[in-house]
Amino acid sequence: MAENPDNKRRDFLQLSTITLGAVGSAAFIWPFLKSMNPAEDTLALGTTEVDISSIEEGQSITVKWRGKPVFIRKRTETEIEEAKAVNILDLKDPEQDVDRVKKEEWLVLVGVCTHLGCVPLGQKLTDTKGEYNGWYCPCHGSHYDTSGRIRKGPAPENLPVPPYSFLNDTTIKIG
Amino acid sequence: MRFIIIILLFLLSTSISADESNSGPIPKHKWSFNGITGTFDRAALQRGFKVYQEVCSGCHSMKLLYYRDLIDIGFSEAEVKAIAAEYTVLDGPNDEGEMYERDARPADRFVSPFANDNEARLSNNGAYPPDLSVITKARKYGEDYIYNFILGYEEPPEGMEIGDGMYYNKWVAGNQISMPEPIYDGSVDYDDGTDNNAKQLAEDVVTFLKWAAEPELEVRKNLGIKVILFFLVLGVVVYLAKNRLWRDVH
Amino acid sequence: MSGNPEPRKYKNSLLNWIEFRLPIISYFEKEYGDYPMPKNCNYLWSFGALATITLMVLIISGIFLAMNYTPHTDMAFDSVERIMRDVNFGWLLRYIHSNGAAFFFIIVYIHILRGMYYGSYKYPRELNWILGVFIYLLMMVTAFMGYVLPWGQMSYWGATVITNLFSAIPFIGEGLKTWLLGDYTVGNATLNRFFALHYVLPFVILGVVGLHVAAVHVHGSNNPAGIDIKSKNDTVRFFPYMVMKDTLATCVFGVIISAVIFFGPNLMAEVDNYIPADPLVTPAHIVPNWYLAPFYAILRAIPDKLGGVLLMFGSIAILFVLPWLDRSKVRSCNFRPIYKWFVMLFFVNFFILGYVGMLPAEGLYLLIARIGLVYYFGFFLIITPFIHKIEIPKSLPLGISDLYLGGGKESPTPTGQKEII
Repeated sequence: MAENPDNKRRDFLQLSTITLGAVGSAAFIWPFLKSMNPAEDTLALGTTEVDISSIEEGQSITVKWRGKPVFIRKRTETEIEEAKAVNILDLKDPEQDVDRVKKEEWLVLVGVCTHLGCVPLGQKLTDTKGEYNGWYCPCHGSHYDTSGRIRKGPAPENLPVPPYSFLNDTTIKIG
Repeated sequence: MRFIIIILLFLLSTSISADESNSGPIPKHKWSFNGITGTFDRAALQRGFKVYQEVCSGCHSMKLLYYRDLIDIGFSEAEVKAIAAEYTVLDGPNDEGEMYERDARPADRFVSPFANDNEARLSNNGAYPPDLSVITKARKYGEDYIYNFILGYEEPPEGMEIGDGMYYNKWVAGNQISMPEPIYDGSVDYDDGTDNNAKQLAEDVVTFLKWAAEPELEVRKNLGIKVILFFLVLGVVVYLAKNRLWRDVH
Repeated sequence: MSGNPEPRKYKNSLLNWIEFRLPIISYFEKEYGDYPMPKNCNYLWSFGALATITLMVLIISGIFLAMNYTPHTDMAFDSVERIMRDVNFGWLLRYIHSNGAAFFFIIVYIHILRGMYYGSYKYPRELNWILGVFIYLLMMVTAFMGYVLPWGQMSYWGATVITNLFSAIPFIGEGLKTWLLGDYTVGNATLNRFFALHYVLPFVILGVVGLHVAAVHVHGSNNPAGIDIKSKNDTVRFFPYMVMKDTLATCVFGVIISAVIFFGPNLMAEVDNYIPADPLVTPAHIVPNWYLAPFYAILRAIPDKLGGVLLMFGSIAILFVLPWLDRSKVRSCNFRPIYKWFVMLFFVNFFILGYVGMLPAEGLYLLIARIGLVYYFGFFLIITPFIHKIEIPKSLPLGISDLYLGGGKESPTPTGQKEII
């Protein structure tokens, strides 16, 4: 078919048309897909500043960060000891306690069970804290320890630590 | 071609009909953001924001803007934080169920001068100072009208009765308005040494208002040039291919 | 199906597998590949394709806008502005949608006027015309409801004025209006239902468009000469000949609409709609969307409420019976020396009606609107039915091929030579 020059020219033109058309269509779809990403006002709320001065030892508070609950716990001496004493080779998701905190007494966790996304119990004093004295997910029975690590149950990973920093001794910025 | 003419006529008709229904022609001002490659002057935007802050924001809200938007006009994150912190917002309820006041953050909307519309009316003799977020899109002749309007305060012509608490303005419909003349020569001090005569103040604040109404303007025009170029290139290729294809038909 | 059990054979076995179970491949081949188009069709015949493309773009952009829109009186205005400011490319989606709607009407108007000029509504395409008028009606309803959604001043007062039309109907009017609004005035209930209907009606339009296209494919497309296809020599295959032409038209359209979207996105918008709806303050003068303005002019030309409403609806309803009002056997105005000018004048008149529909209804404008109204109905009720009694049509060409110099030259691949997929 591509023997005489006319046909060659036609092939070239057809090819360019199809290529340009395809590129154009792809470029046209892009803004539509992009519009489904979080909008600027959503992104602007991506950081949360929390005042932690009023939390007593052994108490926890829950704050909202990007629509998810974040657990902030001021741990007691015994809880810290418990968390440190664990042999990490026994863990499903081995992690040292020191790698999960910035200051020993403050534990900051995303309070979403790594199994299927429920919020574990253990924040309130009256809550059941599970077999390892940390958190217990009522949906499918996952037990977390005082460092938020998975110890028993179906959850595959430890409760994640969100990005955070201490702005000063009494304020944490999450995100 | 016939259909292009028809389309042009349609477009023309809308612009003409827009011209008919306002008194007198509004003089056109030369704006940096006009034209297909127009952009905002960042320094003018920052000066304009200062004019808004010191003059307009006493009565006029800009509810659709966030302090974080100011990063777009060249303020640093720290500066925006400082600007936001000058205002207080009502937040809450806290754990005790109380509402509390705190400093505004970049993620907060511009704080309005009045708690609600009724308070705004009460404080202004019943006249509601309109929100300025999209004001250049909400008035005929947009930025040109606002600019001339701001500078359009004059002594009323002889024989004209001006109502109590009203002012004469050359450009406003009915020539009477309850807003007093907002700016004078030197009524706002500029930090960058720009001459702060009334015309400059008006130009800067209107530039700021235009940006507030159409923050996407620069991105839009930039993308538009690319899109039109794309259609032109594709059009030429298709035109050649189509001619080649149809050559033998007739 | 005419009971043809022999499925087509394709090289690709997957296509064969599908075709054997659902002959959709051969359907598309037949309707959009082999479909014979009269080869003398000019670019006015591309406006059907343009309209379809625009409808698809409107539906797609609308779906993505709906993901970010909040149909509540307290939040609608802000949510639209949030789309413009915070949503990624939200301004582009909205400007595509709002200007796309305006251009959809421009395209459809040209499409309708082409049908009128070349007599495309006549036997055997009457049903096709009727389906087209249905599409137009649905478009008007959809556009009106869409205009309400940004909840600006013009949205609110436009909705108030248009829904008040229904209160002109004797006895049931007030009740009907309240039922339509779901409230005593235009309120949150109204906004919610308008949003629901605005979302779903375009899909109804799409369905009717499907019927509209299917109907025209039964007897084939009309052409500028208005004569029937006599031989395969008169036609070209839809693909690639018409597809190529339509693509070129799309590129030209793309340049024009992009110029508006990117450089004058509010050219066709009303400034008052950037002021949030206020039920206590009516704007100085309310204008409808310009593409509905001709009918608004007719409404206001009559000093009687019920009369105006009746004439306005009548001016749309009369379009349905156009195929039976026109008694001439000749389709194309190219061969109708007198009627041709009346049709042209009708286009101009429609344009003028739209123009005065945007201006205050007083003085000269009102007079022009009344003259326009008289011509609008006079055209349909007097000129169209009776002109053939005095008009002597020019002699029609024998066949489409005769229109070209050198007569029926052999054209290559009219409907022969099939490229296998």
